[in-house]
Amino acid sequence: MQSRLVIMPVRFEVNGNSVSVEVEPRMTLADCLRHVLRLTGTHVGCEHGVCGACTILVNGAAVRACLMLAVQAEGSEVVTIEGLSNDDALTPLQASFRRHHALQCGFCTPGMITTAHALLSEEPDADADRIREVLSGNLCRCTGYISIIDAVLDARTAYKKPPP
Amino acid sequence: MRNTFIGSPVERREDLRFVRGRGEYVDDLDSDGLLHAVIFRSGVAHGRIRSIDATAALKIAGVHAVITAQDIPGPPVIPMRLQPLPEFKPFEQPVIAAGKVRYVGEPMAVVLADSTAIGEDALEHIAVDIEPLPPVTGCAAAARGDRLLFEAERTNRAMTFVAVRGDADAAFAQAPYVRRETFRTQRHYGLTMEPRGLLAQWDAATGRLTVSGAAKVPFFNRRILAKQIGLPEDAIDMVENDVGGGFGARGEFYPEDFLIPFAARHVGRPVKWIEDRRENLMAMNHAREAEVDVEIACSRDGIILGLRGHADVDMGAYMRTNGAVGARNIAQFMSGPYAIADIRIDSSLWMTNKTPVGTYRGPGRFETDFFRERLLDMVAADLGIDRVEFRRRNLIPASAMPYALATITPFESKDEIDSGDYRVTLDRCLAEFGWAEKSKLQGRLVDGRYHGLAVGCFIEGGAAGPKETARLEINPDGSVSVFMGSSAVGQGVETVFAQVAADALEIPIDRIAGVFHGSTAYVSDGYGAYHSRSVVMGGSALLDAVKNLHEAIGVAAARRWGCTPGEIRITEDNVGGPGGAALTFTTFAGLSAEGIFLNKKHTYTCGAHAAHVAVDARTGQVEIIDYLTVADCGRIINPMTLRGQVIGSLVQGLGGAMLENLVYDEAGQLLTGSLADYLLPTASDFPNLRAIVTDMFPSPINPLGAKGAGEGGIISAGGIMANAVANALRDFAVEPRELPLTPPKIWEMVQAGRLQERHSGAAAGGTRNPGDFAR
Repeated sequence: MQSRLVIMPVRFEVNGNSVSVEVEPRMTLADCLRHVLRLTGTHVGCEHGVCGACTILVNGAAVRACLMLAVQAEGSEVVTIEGLSNDDALTPLQASFRRHHALQCGFCTPGMITTAHALLSEEPDADADRIREVLSGNLCRCTGYISIIDAVLDARTAYKKPPP
Repeated sequence: MRNTFIGSPVERREDLRFVRGRGEYVDDLDSDGLLHAVIFRSGVAHGRIRSIDATAALKIAGVHAVITAQDIPGPPVIPMRLQPLPEFKPFEQPVIAAGKVRYVGEPMAVVLADSTAIGEDALEHIAVDIEPLPPVTGCAAAARGDRLLFEAERTNRAMTFVAVRGDADAAFAQAPYVRRETFRTQRHYGLTMEPRGLLAQWDAATGRLTVSGAAKVPFFNRRILAKQIGLPEDAIDMVENDVGGGFGARGEFYPEDFLIPFAARHVGRPVKWIEDRRENLMAMNHAREAEVDVEIACSRDGIILGLRGHADVDMGAYMRTNGAVGARNIAQFMSGPYAIADIRIDSSLWMTNKTPVGTYRGPGRFETDFFRERLLDMVAADLGIDRVEFRRRNLIPASAMPYALATITPFESKDEIDSGDYRVTLDRCLAEFGWAEKSKLQGRLVDGRYHGLAVGCFIEGGAAGPKETARLEINPDGSVSVFMGSSAVGQGVETVFAQVAADALEIPIDRIAGVFHGSTAYVSDGYGAYHSRSVVMGGSALLDAVKNLHEAIGVAAARRWGCTPGEIRITEDNVGGPGGAALTFTTFAGLSAEGIFLNKKHTYTCGAHAAHVAVDARTGQVEIIDYLTVADCGRIINPMTLRGQVIGSLVQGLGGAMLENLVYDEAGQLLTGSLADYLLPTASDFPNLRAIVTDMFPSPINPLGAKGAGEGGIISAGGIMANAVANALRDFAVEPRELPLTPPKIWEMVQAGRLQERHSGAAAGGTRNPGDFAR
């Protein structure tokens, strides 16, 4: 029976800010973001990598934070929903979600938006089938998905690169 | 200003925080000195508790306490909220297992630790000695009675509800045609994306308890908790934060709703409990598991003469706060939107060693519509009548409204359908769907897949009473804040109620400062969100609050100007008196007025669903080519959020029809313990869905003319999908009688159909050739 917790230091970047924390090696990145760094926008829905509610960006790629240990984030650039938002206005993707009623309870929404943002950043011309395929890894229990797909389709123009 | 926010697709206010990840769900809350609770749950489905020893667990650094039944006087039992019949009392659930465990997942102890991780470590060091007892695995086993969950009751049958209309036996005795079938719906539940959680804070100095994480029925739960924990109700605040879905399952009073507040007071520190998904699958209310033996009597020209039947409903181990609702609804609502004069359906509730059962969206209605609509298609085929025409002939005519449904006993309950013309919604559905054109595809093999269609009609009850409360308060800047007894479960109340308030007050919608919902501090006597009631009950209470606020302003202004309230004129937020006296709402800052709405009747949204599927007989895979739902919901407040409810509800129904299944083994162990096993609809499963909502038939029973509409989408899905698959595979004589319609199950039915044909030596009919299978 251990009488002292094992703690490890971890240094990484979150939403452009350097962070330095000390966590148990077994702590997930999701729990670290939520409870140590108090960035509660990333949600935990299953802890086994199926629902996608915990989706964040790690070095630009969409990753399930519940399947990563906090210590694995050493030296990485992490972006959460908070880093994809600003105070003044909704981003085009967020505004599109609102316009299309692509959320109800809001619990899956940060993961949906993060995944959609990662997809459109890479593939601004993604069609409905492609969007459905990628978002099939994010579970929603409220909307039935159709409005979410519509919202992501409608946000594509904001991601299209201007001609050279 | 004549506002028209009601009827407008106003974008939601709550979205502004949700899309930014700034929602505040219970796990987002923090508190100084917080301890984390982890529940030790029974790993045995049925047994006598010999001992629990937490000595080893208490030695772990960071573990502060382990609470067991010994620490809880009683322990208290959770009373039923709906249909609280004395017959159910012996089957109610204690807040912690006492003497026996009756399902895998039943709470046996509460560990309080510095972190959830340490608490979970501690679970492994709690030694329980349980003498295992043979489990009751289902209704049939329960009925045998050789294994009892509650020995003193000498039965596993908690109750039988009976629904009666006219004289079914007489109708059947004379009927020229009768068909009898058995159908089953599977156990599944209203899984919410956010698991349950609570944060309880006890202030010993003031003797006040604050519980965050409340949902659905906070006022009722406060009443239960107060009694159980020995505090006056007004010493407890139930705080409703943002809620990640309800669907009937979240918000009822669970064991944890006592255990966590008790723990906080026991140790004198704030306690937070958040369940994980594995726990949620075994501890949140299950639903839907039922089997029915039903017969229908008809005249030769296709008029339904009677319905008779018996349902067995698997209740799990205890009668939960609303556990009786589904079973009762199966009996009362089997006739649906059809005029059936003579009915007798009884519904028996059986206790089994599985997770207890509560309501899930459209409780009993999803089940009963599957049973009935399957039967209608079978009968139409027998009688050689077109399925659409058969339904049209039997729909309740508009001239028969209000239409009395079968009366339920005990808890004698009459219910009547308020308004609607079902032929109109059916015809609209058929026209928009393109039924006539698509009909040609029925049973046809096209590019390796069999095509099938189905249509069905539904009613959806809503607006449960008895009461709701709303309060308005004027802020210093003259804006108005709205406080509701209604609860938010994701359905958009902060926007919808702002629309209703702005229209009634005739002020711009941005002068509604906010809509605050659910918490017990907001109104004197709230009821919450269940049975699709928020718009009707909350909205109507809000209209009364507006009237009372205007009266209160009139009285205050009259006093100020020394005139009578009758001389005061309120236009928007301007208050005018005799001789040109004029003030605005800012003068009346702090003025507050409550309104209520009392109601004993239900509203009935009506409609029809139609589907076109393509089935691959080689793999059992089903694709929905097109699915249309048409629903008339009376007066529509926000057409955008309404359509969201319809589509969201429909996809849950499709999950129930095709995917979801909570499976137990013979030892009462839940096998579907993760989202890898319990399959939920994803974005790529059902993309071709359409919803049309209309407002042709307002409800006469509330001032808004609105109807509850959050559950209609789910109700028809099971029957529609099964009928569409049967229609597609009619050459194989495939007749689904149970759900879910998984690919293996469909494949098996096809094989059985082929076998049958080989044995009978003749084709079942249609265009199938042996060579078709080789493709």
